[in-house]
Amino acid sequence: MIFSVEWLKEFVDPEMELQSLAEELTMAGLEVDGLIPVANNCTGIVVGEVTSVVKHPDADKLSLCKVSDGENSFQVVCGAANVREGLKAPFAKVGAEIYSTEDEKPFKIKTAKIRGTESNGMLCSAEELGMAEASEGLMELPEDAPVGEDVRCYLNLNDTSIELDLTPNRGDCLGMLGLAREVGVLCRKDVLIEEPVRVAVTIDEELPIEITAVDACPRYLGRVIRNINLNSESPGWMQEKLRRSGVRSIDPIVDVTNFVLMELGQPMHAFDYEKLEGGIGVRFSEPNEKLVLLDGKEVELTSRTLLITDAKQPVAIAGVMGGLKTSVTKQTQHVFLECAFFSQLAISGKARSYGMHTDASHRYERGVDYQLQHRAMERATNLMLEIVGGEAGPITEALGNLPEPRTVTLKFASILKFLGIDIEKAEVLDILKRLGFHLVQQTADELSIEVPSYRFDISIEADLIEELARIYGYNKLPQTAGLASQSLKSLPESQLSLSRLQHQLVALGYQEVITYSFIDPGHCKLVMGEEVDVISLQNPISQEMSVMRPSIIPGLLSTLSYNENRQQDRLRLFETGLVFQKEGDETVQSTMISGLIFGKRNPDNWSNNKELSDFYDLKGDIENLLGLAGGSEPISFLAGNHPSFHSGQCAAVKSGKHQLGHIGALQPVIHREMGFNGPVFLFELYLEAVQSKQLPRIEKLSKFPEVSRDLAVVIEESICSDDILSTVREEAGEFLSYLRIFDVYQGDAIAKNKKSIALGLTWQHPSRTLSDEEVNIIISSCVNALQDKFNANLRN
Amino acid sequence: MADTDSLLAEALQAIKSSGDEKSLEFLRVQYLGKKGSLTVLLKTLGQLSPEERPSAGERINAVKREVQEALEQKKGQLISAALDAQLSQESIDVSLPGRRQSKGGLHPITITIDRITQIFSSAGYDVAVGPEIEDEYHNFEALNIPSHHPARAMHDTFYVSPGTVLRTHTSPVQVHVMEGGKPPFRMICPGRVYRCDSDLTHTPMFHQVEGLFIDENVSFADLKGTVVGFLHAYFEEEMEVRFRPSYFPFTEPSAEVDMGCVSCAGSGCRICGHTGWLEVMGCGMVHPKVLEMSGIDTSVYNGFAFGMGVERLAMLRYDVSDLRTYFENDIRFLQQFN
Repeated sequence: MIFSVEWLKEFVDPEMELQSLAEELTMAGLEVDGLIPVANNCTGIVVGEVTSVVKHPDADKLSLCKVSDGENSFQVVCGAANVREGLKAPFAKVGAEIYSTEDEKPFKIKTAKIRGTESNGMLCSAEELGMAEASEGLMELPEDAPVGEDVRCYLNLNDTSIELDLTPNRGDCLGMLGLAREVGVLCRKDVLIEEPVRVAVTIDEELPIEITAVDACPRYLGRVIRNINLNSESPGWMQEKLRRSGVRSIDPIVDVTNFVLMELGQPMHAFDYEKLEGGIGVRFSEPNEKLVLLDGKEVELTSRTLLITDAKQPVAIAGVMGGLKTSVTKQTQHVFLECAFFSQLAISGKARSYGMHTDASHRYERGVDYQLQHRAMERATNLMLEIVGGEAGPITEALGNLPEPRTVTLKFASILKFLGIDIEKAEVLDILKRLGFHLVQQTADELSIEVPSYRFDISIEADLIEELARIYGYNKLPQTAGLASQSLKSLPESQLSLSRLQHQLVALGYQEVITYSFIDPGHCKLVMGEEVDVISLQNPISQEMSVMRPSIIPGLLSTLSYNENRQQDRLRLFETGLVFQKEGDETVQSTMISGLIFGKRNPDNWSNNKELSDFYDLKGDIENLLGLAGGSEPISFLAGNHPSFHSGQCAAVKSGKHQLGHIGALQPVIHREMGFNGPVFLFELYLEAVQSKQLPRIEKLSKFPEVSRDLAVVIEESICSDDILSTVREEAGEFLSYLRIFDVYQGDAIAKNKKSIALGLTWQHPSRTLSDEEVNIIISSCVNALQDKFNANLRN
Repeated sequence: MADTDSLLAEALQAIKSSGDEKSLEFLRVQYLGKKGSLTVLLKTLGQLSPEERPSAGERINAVKREVQEALEQKKGQLISAALDAQLSQESIDVSLPGRRQSKGGLHPITITIDRITQIFSSAGYDVAVGPEIEDEYHNFEALNIPSHHPARAMHDTFYVSPGTVLRTHTSPVQVHVMEGGKPPFRMICPGRVYRCDSDLTHTPMFHQVEGLFIDENVSFADLKGTVVGFLHAYFEEEMEVRFRPSYFPFTEPSAEVDMGCVSCAGSGCRICGHTGWLEVMGCGMVHPKVLEMSGIDTSVYNGFAFGMGVERLAMLRYDVSDLRTYFENDIRFLQQFN
């Protein structure tokens, strides 16, 4: 909503500086988005009259003019095509200054020689005055413009347009009338609202109106105006008011309906009366109906679209836009004016559903005053008769179910309860009265008011409290600490916080990233395979962001790619967040913690070797991460399968029976496709599964010495070390306190396809010293078991 | 006695010229050992007359002590010289960088959410999270945004299927918590939210932290105190804060919160668009309909809610000018926060 301050003053003069007015409006919830001067700042420009025009002796396109400022005559060279004897135009005299924008230096008018001829001043175009984006020729002033008068005064250019960013609840401020009412409340001044003047009805022609959709269209007014003359222009004052409201002048009929829209907030529509076939109907659309709109677009009408029809077909989408066929053209002689109230519910979302947004739909969606239609109709008719002449018929009114006036009760005690302050009763009453609320009843404890027909946002006590707070001033309300009863909550120790896990990864050198939750379906397919049932967006922002990620891995790989393209050759990244998949009809949303390592094992350093990362670097980090949980269940890494991972370097991670996720090397095809220059290892774990922690269980320390033995066996290389360890653990007895692999060897010293695994075993008894014999027996049984199960041989 | 004197002179000379601990030990044995020359000399005392014996004995013992001292002193010198040599030999360039893992770090959005969370946690707020694919009821209806409401248009919603959306704010989490619990409530809900909008100042995904405080007798004054207190705590600065009436379907009264620009202290600069004010959050008293729909008795309970954009707070705090850099994840950008 854009409006000019001078127009506002015709209703109420706030008597304050522009900046203060803007501040007041903003602080009352009508946010000021911008202040736009209605013209360039200038001095020394007067109404000039061209008294003679001759061709410039040395230039085809220039004229030599005499211009009068009422006292003197000046020779002026002018290049405009429309310069002519008798024309009145803004005349910048020598010494005049024109500022094009506020901060820049002014353009000064000096005596100049143009093609050898002296020019004393300049005749101006609207563009040069900052009153148009672009203009052709001189700005033509009315014939009665007083020659010599300062143009800023004459055109009332000491004015500013205020641009408001209104919230959707304040449809009542989408017109000068409502705005003035609001400003009146803010500065506690009365608002001048003229009684509407009834137009003399000179013909008796009427169109019958039938409302079928009685809830959607509670009121419809129509009027025939015959014999108008469209070969005229809207008066300057109206064009200028519209311009200062950000509305372009089109033709007198459109201008009048737009003017009433801006002045009163009431949308109107004019039909070419002769193109309407029979009476007007207001009904919802039926299947397969179509309509070509004013903008030339043909729309297929969806169900429940409120329509204006004639006897044969739809002629407008109610409250949105009129049809092309019945629109007013240069040839139109007779018009049918529509002025209606459509309910918010009927119009809301309709324009959007057809990809449109109009001034009318904007207002109807937010609520138009349902008592305004007669006033608007009379105002528009008056203006039309003034500008295009014609004879007006009577107003035809059809009614549906008009809204019942609402009554809202306010308990005085609620003011203190909700705002933390008592506002004087007298002030409460004054604020509510100025806002147009009609007092119905008042007792010592409460009052009831009737909500005016233009406020659709007031229906409960809280709404009135907001109005009071808003006008009283939010910033005058007190501020307290927000007391609440103290509550000490239990602190779960069996749940690792996300933050703890994140910090562990950070300590391990990982950088957190945040990637988009929607990804490219092609990339997703490459990384996750064909089988994943992804969730697609119906209205994605682009194809590259159209499916919800079923895993964080695709995003991490894109991030890796982005950074590798920027000369990063070693990265450790992680991310946590939801991933999304369909499982049957269900949408499954799981929180994952995922990461990758890329490139060399260590950052470049003077002392490091340049070894590349491998699976065990990543695995070590994951063991470290999972170690935070305190070993509630033994963690196992078993050969696993995952579409993103190398089938020979992928482990499924389990804690007891719980699946934690997968770790592994990036699948070579993806690796090649994405062109990475270095090894990539990834992990993806279910956050919830890695968060569960066990309270530490403390065992008594033994005072007796440990006994250690080493054991090296040669086995088939395909046998998992984990299987060896669990066999040894089973055999090694309850006093085994520590078991580790300290060497794995493959090479010349042993047979091909074999590997040697060296184990370190340590025992400790809680209450005595273990004897060598005991330990030797255990070792033998370990060796026997390994031989039986894995055909293992002791290595010499 | 001449023997003794010459022996002393000889011993001292030998000790002085000794170059290492080993030869020094050899000298100790040579002079003071069981068969050392001074020990032997002491044994010859018996051959002297009883009158001569005491003074001769004293003299020999004095020489022994002197040799002993000379040995010890020399030994001290040798040890310290050896240590000096070792220290000097083992000196390294301590300015060379250490061996370490690369420096990891958290994303600035996480850093910001963590700070916000800590501030509210310390005041007794719980942290709640919820699904990002949400049904329309929880995202809209339960928050008093019926389908025809113009506010729906402002939300630029992503649809997954009819009736299912990507949440446009984290308020639905509050609805879930209210539906499943009993007041009083004190909670914040941080997380990702989605709106179908992408330009210089909008990314289709961003982060919000929304807060909810429901108890008996909560007033707008409490809301103001909480919001102002939070902003002062978060920015570690007691800037001015103002409340502007606004409109959200789920609060009544509603307010936009502006704070005095932290960059120019209110005098006007690029960051605040030369207004001196920065719009930082929205808030209000929870609309009674919202409470009723979640089964809360509005005759007993009321409360306030607030919501803030995490990216915006991080941008102001760390002077980040381009919103999109957050999700490009250029490691050179991210590592500046470590």
